[in-house]
Amino acid sequence: MTPVDRVNAGLRRVPVWPLYILGALPPLWFLWLGLTGGLGVEPIKALEHELGELALQVLVAGLAVTPLRRHLGLNLMRFRRALGILAFAYVFLHLLVWLVLDVQIPAQIWADIVKRPYITVGMAAFALMVPLVATSNDRAVRWLGPRWRRLHRLTYPAVILGAVHYVMLVKGFQIEPLLYLGGILALLMLRIRVPRRLRTA
Amino acid sequence: IAAGLPGRGRAQDALEPNTWEEITSYNNYYEFGTGKEDPARYAGQLTTEPWSVRIDGLVDRPGDYAFADIMERMTVEERIYRFRCVEAWSMVVPWNGFELADMLDLAGVQEGARYVAFETVLRPEEMPGVSRPVLEWPYVEGLRLDEARHPLTIMATGLYGRPIPNQNGAPLRLVVPWKYGFKSIKSVVRVTLTADEPPTSWNVANPREYGFYSNVNPEVDHPRWSQASEREIGGGLFARRKPTLMFNGYEEEVAQLYEGMDLAENF
Repeated sequence: MTPVDRVNAGLRRVPVWPLYILGALPPLWFLWLGLTGGLGVEPIKALEHELGELALQVLVAGLAVTPLRRHLGLNLMRFRRALGILAFAYVFLHLLVWLVLDVQIPAQIWADIVKRPYITVGMAAFALMVPLVATSNDRAVRWLGPRWRRLHRLTYPAVILGAVHYVMLVKGFQIEPLLYLGGILALLMLRIRVPRRLRTA
Repeated sequence: IAAGLPGRGRAQDALEPNTWEEITSYNNYYEFGTGKEDPARYAGQLTTEPWSVRIDGLVDRPGDYAFADIMERMTVEERIYRFRCVEAWSMVVPWNGFELADMLDLAGVQEGARYVAFETVLRPEEMPGVSRPVLEWPYVEGLRLDEARHPLTIMATGLYGRPIPNQNGAPLRLVVPWKYGFKSIKSVVRVTLTADEPPTSWNVANPREYGFYSNVNPEVDHPRWSQASEREIGGGLFARRKPTLMFNGYEEEVAQLYEGMDLAENF
């Protein structure tokens, strides 16, 4: 048994449900910090940013599952659904903070969505995730059959749009959002299966 | 001086300054990093003594003016101003400073001068942010000469009666209260009187988003967000937005500077 096999065997005994509990902690922690001054003197933007970045991080983790299995033999497939649902929850909270605490004015929310490209892109990413979270249960998987896999390829454009949203919203030339976008594109590239005849050429 | 500015006293009375903590912990000073807390964390390493300002260009007495000598000849007073960031947040700041016009007179402005260019100190060994190409360094700004000579335009050297902290632009920084905050350039080392409009950092970085004038104007949006409202710092997680005022509330004092100009065009 290789070390990876041993890790995989160990992981099979780890239940998935604690991931949801663990995943609920960061937003609660940020909310607590926001209420008690821990996010600085302008907690609204800080909370919005923390939630958005957290969503991107979990999406990156979700995208890493397949390459890790394919290239290292590490099997985290059982946890992927939880990662996707958590990522959606974070994006939803991020959106909620933007709507309720940040913009506040309903007429301006709609104007922003149609007029500001970075918000349009962010909203598109969110919209793409809605059918994914709605079909993240065993019944939907059975009901959709092979169509489920095709539908869930929407993850890729959703994650790319999420990272582009981050790149577009910063002022000046900043590295961090580009690192997310680069990392995401690299992870997506790792999933591309090179046809056999090209591989031997 | 205040007698010549009927609107100012009135506007000042209504303003409740933000706390020292708020003003000194939430800053944009990209030479120390792009995070709002970066300047407070890293600006302490900036050496501000000795300090001198080179005043040159179209002036009678160009040269390096030592900060102490400038201070000796200037009249420092308190000015409580609204401060509106282009990012749609705002504060009220009790500055201590002197009118820029007085400092320009030290060097004697020549006939042909029409603009004033400003430059921030650039010290890579003390400024961790400048290793990243967020903007072109050093940071530069500019004003039209009549804007620079306007009595509301000051060089701030203090905050709440104390020397201005490094993260707020020590030892002296420009404050132009009717323009977005980035116009109020920090830690000034050079002031040049010119005949032509000087380059300004944010305009060079993104001319579509940041104009030379950058007057606070609720009717002209930033391409990426609305400028119609702002959030005052210090309101916590449930702070309400409030409407942004034309020229940041200094319309009565400065609107005549822009008479006949299309403010959407000259944003």
